[in-house]
Amino acid sequence: MPMETIASFEVARLNILDENGDTDIDLVPDLKPDRLVAMYRWMLLAREADQRMLKMQRQGRMGTFAPSTGQEAVSVAAAMAMGEKDWFTGAFRELGGRLVRGEPLVNVFLYYNGYEEGNLRPQGSADRLLPVNIIVGSQCVQAAGLGYAAGFRGEDAAVLTVFGDGATSEGDFHEGMNLAAVWNAPVVFLCQNNQWAISIRREKQTRSQTLAQKGIAYGMPCVQVDGNDALAVYRAVDEALARARSGDGPTFIEAVTYRLMMHTTADDPTRYRTEEEAKEWWDREPLVRFRRFLEKQGLWDKAKQDEMDQEIKAEVAAAVEEFEARDSFKADAPFDHVFGTDHAVIQDQRREFLARLEEVDNAQA
Amino acid sequence: MPRLNMVQAINLGIDQQMAKDDGVIVLGEDVGLDGGVFRVTDGLLEKYGSDRVLDTPLAESGIIGAAVGMAIAGLRPVCEMQFSCFSYLMIPQLEGHAARLRSRTHGQVTVPLVVRMPYGGGVRAMEHHSESREATYAHLPGTKVVIPSGPRNARSLIAAAIRDPDPVVFMEPKHSYRAFKEEVPDEEEVAEIGRAEVVREGTDLTVVGFGAMMRPILKATAEVDEARGVSIEVIDLLTIAPMDGETVCESVRRTGRCVVVQEAPRSFGVASEVIAVINDKVLMYLEAPVRRVTGYDVVTPYFGREKDYIPTAGWVRRAIEETLDF
Repeated sequence: MPMETIASFEVARLNILDENGDTDIDLVPDLKPDRLVAMYRWMLLAREADQRMLKMQRQGRMGTFAPSTGQEAVSVAAAMAMGEKDWFTGAFRELGGRLVRGEPLVNVFLYYNGYEEGNLRPQGSADRLLPVNIIVGSQCVQAAGLGYAAGFRGEDAAVLTVFGDGATSEGDFHEGMNLAAVWNAPVVFLCQNNQWAISIRREKQTRSQTLAQKGIAYGMPCVQVDGNDALAVYRAVDEALARARSGDGPTFIEAVTYRLMMHTTADDPTRYRTEEEAKEWWDREPLVRFRRFLEKQGLWDKAKQDEMDQEIKAEVAAAVEEFEARDSFKADAPFDHVFGTDHAVIQDQRREFLARLEEVDNAQA
Repeated sequence: MPRLNMVQAINLGIDQQMAKDDGVIVLGEDVGLDGGVFRVTDGLLEKYGSDRVLDTPLAESGIIGAAVGMAIAGLRPVCEMQFSCFSYLMIPQLEGHAARLRSRTHGQVTVPLVVRMPYGGGVRAMEHHSESREATYAHLPGTKVVIPSGPRNARSLIAAAIRDPDPVVFMEPKHSYRAFKEEVPDEEEVAEIGRAEVVREGTDLTVVGFGAMMRPILKATAEVDEARGVSIEVIDLLTIAPMDGETVCESVRRTGRCVVVQEAPRSFGVASEVIAVINDKVLMYLEAPVRRVTGYDVVTPYFGREKDYIPTAGWVRRAIEETLDF
C-alpha cells in the first residue's frame, strides 16, 4: 500500500487594519463610531497608565510590574468583544483589557505596589474578571474548568483566557487546550505572541512555524491575527466567542505583537536583543494606525485627540492621587482570609502578631 | 582573597565545577544570554557554550525531568528554577523520580542533579516571589535540601551539591544575594552536606537558624551578649535535610536553652523538626522551653505588608531574652 495523506491543515492569518490606517473594508467588524472611539480611548488610557507606572517605578513609587506598551490592541479589543457574563482570566500583560472589564486603575496601582486590595473587585460589579496570574500558563487549565462550569449551568457565557508565547511551552497550556477541546468547552485561548519570554526569543521557544497551529493538534479551530490590529483581534475574538456560546467549543487565536518594553521593570533587554529590532516594531505599534484609521473614517482630528489626551492624563493623575492618598492598610488582613472557617491556630497567631506590633509601636513612641 | 557577594560566589562555584568536569550542564529559563534573572549564571554561556548552558523554553517540569534523564545518563545537571514558587510544577519529577530511583533500583540508577532556586522575602517582589517553602522539599525522602547563608559557604555548598551523588535542592536566600560581601578564596572549597556549623560559640543559650535569618540572628545575639553579659551560641544549619541534629543537641546539652528561627510559616516547619530532635535527644537538659521565631501560617503577604511578617533582629532578641529569663 502506498503512503497517502490522511489529513492536512491550513493556518489562516487575519489582518484588517494596516500601518497606514487603511483597511480591508469587507472584514471591518460592525462597530458603531462611538465603539470605535471607545476602543481607541481604552488603548490610549492603557498606554498612558503604563508609561506613568514606569516613571513611578523608576521613582520608587511603584513596585515591579510587566509593562504592556505596544500590546494594547490585543487585550482591549478582545475584552470589548466579550459579553457581560463572560469570564476573563489573563496573565500579567493585559492592562488595557482589565480596564475594559471594569478594573479601576487605582486597583492596578495597589496591586503592583504590594497590596492584595488591588485584587478586590468594585462593589456591585458583575464582571467576571479574575486576578492576575503570575504563574505562567496556569490560567489555561482553569479556563477549561470555567468553561465546563458555564456549560454545566447552561449559562450563555464563554471564557477568554490570555497568555503569552512563553506559556505555550508549559504543561498547563497543553492540558488546558486538551481539556477544553475534549469537553467542547466554551473557551477562547488568546495567545499574545509578543516574541519574547524574558530573554528567550520566539524561535527558541518553539519550532512550530506558527503558534496558531498548536490548536490543530488539539482539534480546535485556530487563526493567527495581527495583534497590533485591534480590528482583526476584535473580529477573531468576537467570532470565537460566538462559536463558543453556540456550543461549538474552543478556539485558539495567536495574536502576533511585540513587547516594546522590558519583560518587567526588573529586566534589562539590552542584554539579549538589539534596539533596532524594537525600533522596527515601534513603526507597527497599534495606537498610531488606529488613529489614522479613525481620521480616515472622518471620526477623528487633532482637536479631538488633544482633548482626549488631556482627559486621559487627568484620569490617570486622579487615580495616582487616590492611590497615594491611601495611607492605612489593615496590618493583620492576611489573617482574615486564610480560610473561610475560623481556626484557633490562626487566631492565636493573629493575637501574637498584633501584640508584637503594639510592643514595637510603644517602643518607638 | 577577592570579596564576593553571594551571586558572584555561587557563580564562581558553578564555574569551578564546570571547569573541572565537562559533564556539568547548566539549564533553566534565561540562564544563558541573560545570565539568569539574578545573574547567578552570568558569563557561563560565553565560557562554556550553548551545549553546556541551555536556555530552555518555559517548562519547569520539563527542566527537571530532562535533568533526571541527563543525570541517569551520566551528566551532572545544575538546574535553575527562576523563583522557588515556580518550582512546584517540577515536584512530580523530583519526588516521583529523582528522589526515589536510587531506592527503587537499590543504587543501580542514581540521579545526581542540583535544583537551584532563589527563595524568601524582603526584596519587595511581586506576589509568588517571596515564599519560604524549604519544608516542602525537606519532607521528601531521598531529597537533600541545602541553604547557604553567605558568599563563602554558598560557594563551598554549591560545589558539594554538584558533586553529591543525590538530588540536591539548593535554595538561595535572595535577600542575601547582594546584601553583603565576604572574602572567598580562589581555591576550591567543598563543604560537607549534612553538617551544621557553629558560627558563634557560647554557653548560655543556643540559637539555631539558616539562610537569610542568620544576619538578624547574629545581630540579636551580639546585642544580648553586650546588654546582659551572657554568651550565646549560634548554629547555622546549612543543610536542612538530612538535618545535623547532633551538632544542635551537643550545643543544647551544654547551654540548656534554645531559640529556633525560620522565615517560613510556623507549622510543620524546620523549627518544628529542630525542636523534635531536641525533644528526642536532650529534653532533660533543657532549662526552658525551646522558643520558635517564625513567620505565620498565612498566605505570604504582598510586599506592602511583608516587613511585619518576616522575623527581625528585635523579634529574635525578645525571644532570646524571654528564654534566658524563663
